Amino acid sequence: MCGIVGLFLKDPALEPELGALLTRMLVTMSDRGPDSAGLAIYGAEAPGLAKLTVQSDTPEATFAGLDTDLGAALGVPVTLRARSTHAVLNLPEGQLDTARAALATLRPAARVMGRGRTIEIYKEVGLPRDVAARFDIASMSGTHGIGHTRMATESAVTTLGAHPFNTGPDQCLVHNGSLSNHNSLRRKLRHHGILTETENDTEVGAAYLTWRMQTGATLGAALTTALRDLDGFFTFVVGTRDGFGVVRDPIACKPAVMAETDQYVAFGSEYRALVDLPGIQTARVWEPEPATVYFWTRDTPSPAQKAA
Amino acid sequence: MQTLDLAQTPLRELNAALHAQASQTNQTAWQVLNPQGAHAIACGLDAPIEVTVKGSTGYYCAGMNKHATVHIEGSAGPGVAENMMSGTVVIEGDASQYAGATGHGGLLVIKGNASSRCGISMKGIDIVVHGNVGHMSAFMAQSGTLVVCGDAGEALGDSLYEARLFVRGSVKSLGADCVAKEMRPEHLTLLANLLARAGADARPEEFTRYGSARKLYHFDIDNAY
Amino acid sequence: MKDDIPRTAPIKSATFTDPVNAEIRRAAATGIYDIRGGGAKRRVPNFDDLLVLGASMSRYPLEGYRERCDTSVTLGTRYAQNPIQLDIPITIAGMSFGALSGPAKEALGRGATLAGTSTTTGDGGMTEEERGHSEKLVYQYLPSRYGMNPDDLRRADAIEIVVGQGAKPGGGGMLLGQKITERVAGMRNLPAGIDQRSSCRHPDWTGPDDLEIKILELREITGWRVPIYVKVGGARPYFDTTLAVKAGADVVVLDGMQGGTAATQDVFIEHVGQPLLACIPEAVRALQDLGVHREVQLVVSGGIRTGADVAKALALGADATAIGTAALIALGDNDPKYEAEYAALGTTAGAYDDWHEGRDPAGITTQDPGLAARLDPVEGGRRLRNYLKVLTLEAQTIARACGKNHVLNLEPEDLCALTLEAAAMAKIPLAGTDWYPGKPGTTY
Repeated sequence: MCGIVGLFLKDPALEPELGALLTRMLVTMSDRGPDSAGLAIYGAEAPGLAKLTVQSDTPEATFAGLDTDLGAALGVPVTLRARSTHAVLNLPEGQLDTARAALATLRPAARVMGRGRTIEIYKEVGLPRDVAARFDIASMSGTHGIGHTRMATESAVTTLGAHPFNTGPDQCLVHNGSLSNHNSLRRKLRHHGILTETENDTEVGAAYLTWRMQTGATLGAALTTALRDLDGFFTFVVGTRDGFGVVRDPIACKPAVMAETDQYVAFGSEYRALVDLPGIQTARVWEPEPATVYFWTRDTPSPAQKAA
Repeated sequence: MQTLDLAQTPLRELNAALHAQASQTNQTAWQVLNPQGAHAIACGLDAPIEVTVKGSTGYYCAGMNKHATVHIEGSAGPGVAENMMSGTVVIEGDASQYAGATGHGGLLVIKGNASSRCGISMKGIDIVVHGNVGHMSAFMAQSGTLVVCGDAGEALGDSLYEARLFVRGSVKSLGADCVAKEMRPEHLTLLANLLARAGADARPEEFTRYGSARKLYHFDIDNAY
Repeated sequence: MKDDIPRTAPIKSATFTDPVNAEIRRAAATGIYDIRGGGAKRRVPNFDDLLVLGASMSRYPLEGYRERCDTSVTLGTRYAQNPIQLDIPITIAGMSFGALSGPAKEALGRGATLAGTSTTTGDGGMTEEERGHSEKLVYQYLPSRYGMNPDDLRRADAIEIVVGQGAKPGGGGMLLGQKITERVAGMRNLPAGIDQRSSCRHPDWTGPDDLEIKILELREITGWRVPIYVKVGGARPYFDTTLAVKAGADVVVLDGMQGGTAATQDVFIEHVGQPLLACIPEAVRALQDLGVHREVQLVVSGGIRTGADVAKALALGADATAIGTAALIALGDNDPKYEAEYAALGTTAGAYDDWHEGRDPAGITTQDPGLAARLDPVEGGRRLRNYLKVLTLEAQTIARACGKNHVLNLEPEDLCALTLEAAAMAKIPLAGTDWYPGKPGTTY
């Protein structure tokens, strides 16, 4: 049960404002979810390098010297940029999995929030205003981003239980609704070697997409089969390195509003979230259809839409 | 013209001011500035006043309206004019889901498109949509009239009772127990009147009438699924 | 000689019992699931499985007739300008006009008013009988919105948003054609005589994030004057209570599986939901975790019959109780004096549950004018007042025995459990021990 915002920029001139725009959008949705908030920011990409976003409840101890230690363990250069409880580690792209494994022994207190070439994920318990401020999201630039504010239904209110959930390299998922078959699906995914860290229903949705894509499905195809395999109520917004997608369950009760101009595609759980966007008065505003996958990428900025 | 600016006036003060208007008020014209998608604007009105909202609204604008005319110069969020009793609500733009839900009376005009569940459980309200309506519109609709000048989405009129549905364009699919019906002279008259009141440029002859087959009125195992 | 061989006695299956077999035959003959009224009839752990620890040496009791034991309760103190003040911690639960006759609704209003407590509308709108005779009336806001209108909303003393009901958490209402008279139909905007199905979800919101906005709208329409209750069926009480509070409820109403209904599938009544005993501690834990126990009041219902039940529910942490079935019995439902008529309907006094058929010999669950006239609303009101009085006196008796000058000062520590099941569900130590199954820091 939550509020979702998303912004996918077509106009590079807006990129320096991405963090500021997303922050305002998310703060507007605070009433929909007072428990925790999180944002995924798709920022600058450096050739051959990848990013690992890690979180720690004891950031000073965890992050001190982590770049040096991890660099030594992997035998490659590693840089670290800390923001409050989170830090983004930059390292050669091929080293993501080994870095993750090394982290577990080097810094057991560090928890991986996200990984990929462009994605950075910031999430904590608290209201959107406070969470965005502690990471200074408003100063961040990027090509697209997704934000979420959570009203927890059944699983714990923790950092790990906050959205977005990182589902695979540069992929993330946020959710409004409540899945009704996530326990069975979690067991099935575990059988396939896909482990989840929380009791959260959305994490199972994310893990499901990861599993489908590991077995060869495109994100679009994974979202399409999600309509068959996930039971319950959901509005999902997903991000990829260069794309942004939306899908609602066939009943489509949980709210969703989209707006598109020449400059951007935007998503909000409510229209309120969109009112400060430039040119919103003349934007095309609509509600996504049920059981329909919407997807935009940098290469095809007009919506690719597929009825499932 | 009285002006209430939501950028300066709290919602509670705005609604309290509108609720304070009696049937004899001489302050009949009001405008609301900077709605910015806020919820519950001008809900529970009970006087023959005219309120113009200059922009788009959130959930439940003009909810439970009685007597008043509410004009939304923008789009409306979920549940606009829900449970309306009487009066008129006009939306220049689109309406989100549940427009006119459970409405008992009055006229709701949506000049753009309406999303899903338009007229759900309606109980006497008249709704005219200039554009299209989304899926599950008029679900369990009990009485009143839904006029759609454009197309209707899936499962139109599912589990319908005695509400009358008129659609000019295509219907993606009919819901359980909803069937096309013959258009009789009284329906053409009714439709002409509603279209005129809603300022819709369409001819009654272009519409198809849908209503309940009344097969769900008494439980029957062969209707269960 | 063969005739002398002893034979085995005929043994009926414990699995395929007579009632089970009868139901199989009924289903095969009709193709329709069994619909009935009332609540769960199966034995579930209940308040009889708990006992109260009276005072003796370590605690001092209060004198029964001299020393004050307050029973007043205030509901809706969180946001409402006008919280509801009740003289007794027992309210009348929501029951619709339609399910019940007009005189029955009037009797409930009269009895509740005489006893200083509130009564509640149901799925079918507010009638003049009940508004006129109820000093404090809670107006239910249900998925069907039958008869819903802003005037009645504003003359209600509280609004109860019904999300679920103990008899059927996750289910909608059902009123069969036999009871849809012209008046009932008119109030519900439906043709007379047809089956009426109420939806299980509200038509214009889904989930607690939307509910928060719905509550805002209702508060704006009523000027923030009256409390907003949220009623949930006992299924996942910890989460449901938490979310009701997050959505902004002033009062949470929690209905356990023994709670009654006018009509729904028997399979729903008997197989969905949790016993009230198991629900209360989880709801209280949710309120405590949020720091709002006693600030957001908890009203519990579902099988409350005696003052001991009331006292035990309060001891577990509830602020008040609500009765439905018990109130109908007080009015005369299932009275043996109608035994001949119950027999004619193929049942017996105490077992009659075909409330949806509208043929109630006691004239309560009916719309038949002749049957309805059997219930004198004034006499019915007096009987209900007497019954509520007894419940209150009994609860006071127990509270005084525990040394409490207010019934709300009863605590879980004033209880012990008779069975392992009740101990585990209520998280109350088994009698004679300081242990209950699942107690933190202990093993089974």
